[in-house]
Amino acid sequence: MGDQPSRRGVLACMGWAGTGLVWTIGGGVLSSVTLDQALAAPKTGVKPFSFLQVSDSHIGFTKDPNPDARATFREAMAKIKAMPVQPDFILHTGDISQLSRDQEFDDADQMLKETGITVFHVPGEHDMLDEGNGAAYLARYGKGSLGDGWYSFDHNGVHFVALINVKELKAGGMGHLGEAQLDWLKNDLAGRSSSTPLVVFTHVPMWTVYADWGWGTDDAAQAMTLLRRFGSVTVLNGHIHQVIQKTEGNVAFHTARSTAFPQPAPGQGPSPGPLKVPAGELRAALGVRTLTVSRGTQPLAVVDASLAT
Amino acid sequence: MFQMIFRRAAVCALAASAAVALGAAAHAPAPVKTAAPALVKVTAPAPALVKIGNFTFGPQALTVAPGTTVTWVNDDDIPHTVAASDQSYRSKVLDTGDRFSMTFAKPGTYEYFCSIHPHMTGKVVVKAP
Repeated sequence: MGDQPSRRGVLACMGWAGTGLVWTIGGGVLSSVTLDQALAAPKTGVKPFSFLQVSDSHIGFTKDPNPDARATFREAMAKIKAMPVQPDFILHTGDISQLSRDQEFDDADQMLKETGITVFHVPGEHDMLDEGNGAAYLARYGKGSLGDGWYSFDHNGVHFVALINVKELKAGGMGHLGEAQLDWLKNDLAGRSSSTPLVVFTHVPMWTVYADWGWGTDDAAQAMTLLRRFGSVTVLNGHIHQVIQKTEGNVAFHTARSTAFPQPAPGQGPSPGPLKVPAGELRAALGVRTLTVSRGTQPLAVVDASLAT
Repeated sequence: MFQMIFRRAAVCALAASAAVALGAAAHAPAPVKTAAPALVKVTAPAPALVKIGNFTFGPQALTVAPGTTVTWVNDDDIPHTVAASDQSYRSKVLDTGDRFSMTFAKPGTYEYFCSIHPHMTGKVVVKAP
């Protein structure tokens, strides 16, 4: 927090001074609440913290260029455990498994568990391949979620939203959110101050990176309409196994590397299939991401680290 | 319309084709009693193959005669599915080398896609030769 007084400190000071009013700054608008209200309210101020994004572990993938996606995921977990500052939690942005098999989910869960860090999930299309079209994912990871698995939570003043865009995909389309989820998102955001920093995480990119390969979400624009009023929005996804970033107003989009295999740059190749890099170059193309929240509406600091470093 | 088939069902499809052929014979105007049913020769149209490679169905549009069994084989190193665009059926996930077959009995245009990678689309056009 540096030289800024902590919120608790200010409250204590105000209490001692007996003014009974607490001034807060939210989105540049000065407002006041009574001291009783302030003390009763949950902490809403943003406290600095860091969290991680891992993506596209594809546990069960055994082909060129990575004969053992379990091994590289294990390396990623070891890297996380060795971090000098432990993140508050991990977001896994989907494609946990290669074929939605129980053993693949079990192995991923076990390796994640060994970090001792809480994990939040969203599914990728590879996690929807059981007979029940995603029922296995939902049974395993969907506790407390709504609809096809969407949910939100708050952490240190930041609102996190998990969106599902790999369910009930339509012929010729891309990722898809659906009306029910968009309605829920609208309600979820409705009462929130525009100064609340938002982190949205999902699997398929929320902007059209490359339509010919389906690298986008059909109805993302409707979600963006709801997100745009917020002063700081960070959208995290996986799916395309490479780091691409883009900013649109207050919205920063970040796609993440996989821990299993890289994919070609948009349109650079006959298909979006695995990029067959030489064995010695594989780990430089895989990685995990650390995000640090400082305070207020400042953009999150995003650091991508490859498995080779 | 069409039948999803696995190996045993293929026999049923042949039997169905035979029944259709017999039915047609029964309605024929000629009063002459010809061959006994056991001697009617029925041949199903030659099976057709769609290869899945580089995230495309090849051929993208396949034209076959009614009764043709179409087999899809996944030559990619990423799994795919074959799913009806109207959501009426979906294959199991096809990993590398896996196959899926369906017999198309009735004329019509059957559009399908990969439910994992929905930009992958194809169609089977069934019409009498």
